[in-house]
Amino acid sequence: MSAHEDAHHPVPRTLADKVRAATGLNPARCYQCGKCSAGCPMAAETTLRPHDVMRLVNQDRPDRLMDDESIWLCLGCETCAARCPNECEPARVTDAVREIVAAARPDAAPRAIRAFHAAFLDQIRKHGRLGEMGLIMGYKLRSGHLFADAAAAPGMMSRGKLAFVADKVEDVEDVRRIFAGCAAHGEEG
Amino acid sequence: MARIGVFVCHCGENIGRTVDCHAVAEALGQVPGVAHAVDYKYMCSDPGQQLIKAAIAEKQLTGVVVAACSPHMHEKTFRRAASSAGLNPFTCEMANVREHCSWIHEDRASATAKAIDLSRMMVEKVKRNVPLSTIRIPVTRRALVIGGGIAGIQAALDIADGGAEVVLVEKAPSIGGHMSQLSETFPTLDCSQCILTPRMVEVYQHPRIRLMSWSEVESVEGYIGNFKVTIRKKARGVDEDKCNGCGACTRACPNKRIPSEFDCGLGKRPAIYVPFPQAVPNLPVVDRARCTLLIARSKGKKDACMKCVEACQRGAIDFEQKDRFVTEEVGAIVVATGYQLYEIGRDQGGRKDLHGYGEYGYGTIPDVIDGMQFERLASASGPTAGRILRPSDGREPRTIVFLQCVGSRDPAKGIEYCSKICCMYVAKHAMLYRHKENGGRAVVFYMDIRAAGKGYDEFTRRAIEEEGAEYVRGRVSRMYRDGDVIKVVGFDTLGGEPFGVDADMVVLATAMRPQPGIESLAQKLSVSYDRHGFINEAHPKLRPVETNTAGVFVAGACQAPRDIPDSVSMASATASKVLGLFSNEMLEREPTVARVDAAICAGCFHCERVCPYGAVTHMEVKDRQGNVLKVVADVNPGVCQGCGTCVATCPSKSVELQGFTDEQVWAQIQAFLG
Amino acid sequence: MKVAYFPGCSMHGTSREYGESLHAVAEPLGVELDEVRDWNCCGASSAHASSRMLAVALPARSLALAEAQGHEQLLAPCAACYNRLAGARHEIAEDAELAGHVKRILARPFENRVAVLNAVEVLRDLGETIKAKATSPLKGLKVACYYGCLLVRPAAVTRFDDPEDPSSMEAVVKACGAEPVAWRMRLECCGGGFSLSRKPSVVRLGRAILEDARKAGADAIAVACPMCHSNLDFRQKAMARDGEDKPPMPIVFITQVVGLALGIAPEKLGMQRHFVSTKRVTSRGNGEATAPAAEVG
Repeated sequence: MSAHEDAHHPVPRTLADKVRAATGLNPARCYQCGKCSAGCPMAAETTLRPHDVMRLVNQDRPDRLMDDESIWLCLGCETCAARCPNECEPARVTDAVREIVAAARPDAAPRAIRAFHAAFLDQIRKHGRLGEMGLIMGYKLRSGHLFADAAAAPGMMSRGKLAFVADKVEDVEDVRRIFAGCAAHGEEG
Repeated sequence: MARIGVFVCHCGENIGRTVDCHAVAEALGQVPGVAHAVDYKYMCSDPGQQLIKAAIAEKQLTGVVVAACSPHMHEKTFRRAASSAGLNPFTCEMANVREHCSWIHEDRASATAKAIDLSRMMVEKVKRNVPLSTIRIPVTRRALVIGGGIAGIQAALDIADGGAEVVLVEKAPSIGGHMSQLSETFPTLDCSQCILTPRMVEVYQHPRIRLMSWSEVESVEGYIGNFKVTIRKKARGVDEDKCNGCGACTRACPNKRIPSEFDCGLGKRPAIYVPFPQAVPNLPVVDRARCTLLIARSKGKKDACMKCVEACQRGAIDFEQKDRFVTEEVGAIVVATGYQLYEIGRDQGGRKDLHGYGEYGYGTIPDVIDGMQFERLASASGPTAGRILRPSDGREPRTIVFLQCVGSRDPAKGIEYCSKICCMYVAKHAMLYRHKENGGRAVVFYMDIRAAGKGYDEFTRRAIEEEGAEYVRGRVSRMYRDGDVIKVVGFDTLGGEPFGVDADMVVLATAMRPQPGIESLAQKLSVSYDRHGFINEAHPKLRPVETNTAGVFVAGACQAPRDIPDSVSMASATASKVLGLFSNEMLEREPTVARVDAAICAGCFHCERVCPYGAVTHMEVKDRQGNVLKVVADVNPGVCQGCGTCVATCPSKSVELQGFTDEQVWAQIQAFLG
Repeated sequence: MKVAYFPGCSMHGTSREYGESLHAVAEPLGVELDEVRDWNCCGASSAHASSRMLAVALPARSLALAEAQGHEQLLAPCAACYNRLAGARHEIAEDAELAGHVKRILARPFENRVAVLNAVEVLRDLGETIKAKATSPLKGLKVACYYGCLLVRPAAVTRFDDPEDPSSMEAVVKACGAEPVAWRMRLECCGGGFSLSRKPSVVRLGRAILEDARKAGADAIAVACPMCHSNLDFRQKAMARDGEDKPPMPIVFITQVVGLALGIAPEKLGMQRHFVSTKRVTSRGNGEATAPAAEVG
């Protein structure tokens, strides 16, 4: 037994154990009724539906979850969790799986989605708040979708909806400390 | 001088794996007062018992301690052995070194030490045991059956046929219960009423059955063999002796638009009504909340309608009637109160642990009905004379969707159990619909098909293979009305794709729940129930129809979801238990009951207030001239369950529990600490 | 009532009109908005998708700041901010271990005492005031109340209404003298989180919402979420099927509906900032139909 391990808190080995450790949810409660997938707004587009994700978690198949962009297409709308008869919360399980998968393979998420999240978090790290102009530029650079929606910018600006100068938190160092603290926690945990 | 024998059981590997039984026997052999200590593989076996008997004779033992399993398991066995060797059975006790030791520990050394402690403690107790004798109480050979559904009917008939009298109490106007509402029964598809109504008539005509319909149990006193039950006979508004059931009053009643309970709201009935044509007894009842005359009277106005009174040739209508109370003495009670169906509405009758189905419209979507409503539609005696028609517009549905596990197996809605019968009746419904509606589509959403029973799986397979029911494995996420149809949004987990159906009607197989008011009835009977209200059986395997209160038995769906054959089997089982009980002249009970020392009792009656069984009575202490000196507490040994609450409460320490005296318990504690 | 006010990033950018209309109705309704000093972004779906700790710690900083300002209630009008703030508050309250980590990371006093409110529940509770002050210009206006996902889910977090059959927004619309329509897409997700990164999904989801509102006879869709708004407003043109010739569906903030009912001029409510013309709505109000509608999208 390692230093961290004892009878009551074994080091999680399987994907289901890891999800349980991270969320307190027991994926084994899933009895594959498919009610989550029946209500999932993205089920029409994904190859793995919420109940498939639950199944693969229980079968300890991170490879299958990583090989597919499905888990990155969860909108987090929580319809699955609201209707799950067995209180499995597939959305939160999916969140945890994303975190576990991304830790193992940082490029697992589709580029556009990765680009969006990275640009978004970058804005917060920089300013403490979101500069939408900065977000869009950051996203375009990261995703390679340089000209998408370009025609929208003038309309946005004429309506006073795009600010060139980002709003900024005064104590932005404080926000950066939170980022650093969370990153450090992730490495420990 | 005590001479105690200690017998340590290995229980095969059960104890022996974790406890060094030989070491326990050796250690106990060293305890003062222990004349003999041995270990053996299976002490409960015949050779094991012989070992004990032989030792009692050879070593002139005065007491026996068996270190083995729980006394629940084998105390009787060992006491019988001790008794047959000439010891008072109550000088034989068990130290539980299995459930309390070997099963819950892993470390052999400390488990062995604990087993030695437990055995030593019991030795100290047995040293102080005194011979006790069993208590004998008389039996009233008459039974009360609560609930007149198929379980109650079967129990009443079996008991009465066995020669004992029965009082059958039914809270509805008629007996018959839910079975009388069903169309056909699975897996044989025979007509429910056709097989039930002869039984109902048999009850009515049985010389040893006293039927009290429209009645409820008000209070219960007493104990096994000697219950005193007060029954409330609700005011019927009709004189039972005068009425001949001609039906003139119900025909005359002008208020005929009241939703019929029997038809689950799909049909109508008058304000004075017989719930259904084959009702037993065939006596009408006045719906006091809807009778025009009684409504007017309650508002202080003059009588607005006398149609039924005018119609009745025998002067049987009696609006002055009040609830009456009758007291019956019985020796045994059978609880057979049956079930109700879970409803998906927002309002769950104040039950915070239950939730409705907002995603299915909280029961507000027209033509979404439950299984019992479908039974009424399918029943030849129902509001549509057996035609499956939409309640909203009377149209024949071309597509019906059946949803299984609505409420059941849904912890998020508050019910985690399987209702057991739904898989079967949904298959039946799909078949009935397909028989009646040629070419109609029957789509069944299910999670698992649970069809364990004789001919059951064959039945569900027949629905799929021969009758064209479409089974889709998945739960439905959402339902909503879209114009004329009900959109059912599901997922086919076997096909791996979204599966939606435009339904004309949806039938929900909703969960079975115990009847409302079960908790208060259970409290009157001092029987325990689970968090859903189902009555707990005394042992899930070996005492399935007994409760934790002696003399009270349970049958049918008030104990757990049950189908008809299960309910009938349970009912017959309770009858056999009741008749077995009644075959005794006197009952024997264990003497581990509380005893009051009248000399020191101060008569404060704290004990009376805390006794959960009502076992404490008042006793006058008189002098030789017959003058009352004081009033003290007395414990009725027939009622006392030996819980010891009075002992803990008594300020003067004048009440003791036989077999568990303070002295004995102190000695055990001392032995542990010493 | 005085509450801590958490504007969130979009109130200063893409959803200026939400902030403008909220401020415009707050005063007549007697709500004092005390902006949380130096608040930071809640992290939205990006923090949520990346790290649970970050998704909880970022909102917790703002909650701690509101607490320090002496508040017990915080209003987060943006449904996404509301969801993240209320979610963080819930998770910290439920998980003592997490609470310990968050406190350590924040390195400032934090008792998790501040209740998080959304704009809809605040307006619902002010229903009587709205009714009393409304000048009934919206009579006959049919409004489809769109909750989306973030206002009512997860139920354990949001709690202010029935998660499957809410009625708060309808109550506000009724108090305004307008008429809520019965429709079925009001709880479905519009896909707002993918507005930039996965346009086809957003178009598919948004189209279904618009079509159902139209089918129900709505004149406008009321929202309380900047993401839903920009999605359904800005992307509406893309959501139209080829060759489709249906009148555009105005997407209005619930605060704008209240503002119009109270007789506030449409420009003060930012109604000219929409991509889809709000004329169908404003023409019923006291003000003139002022919204210029350059159709871009």
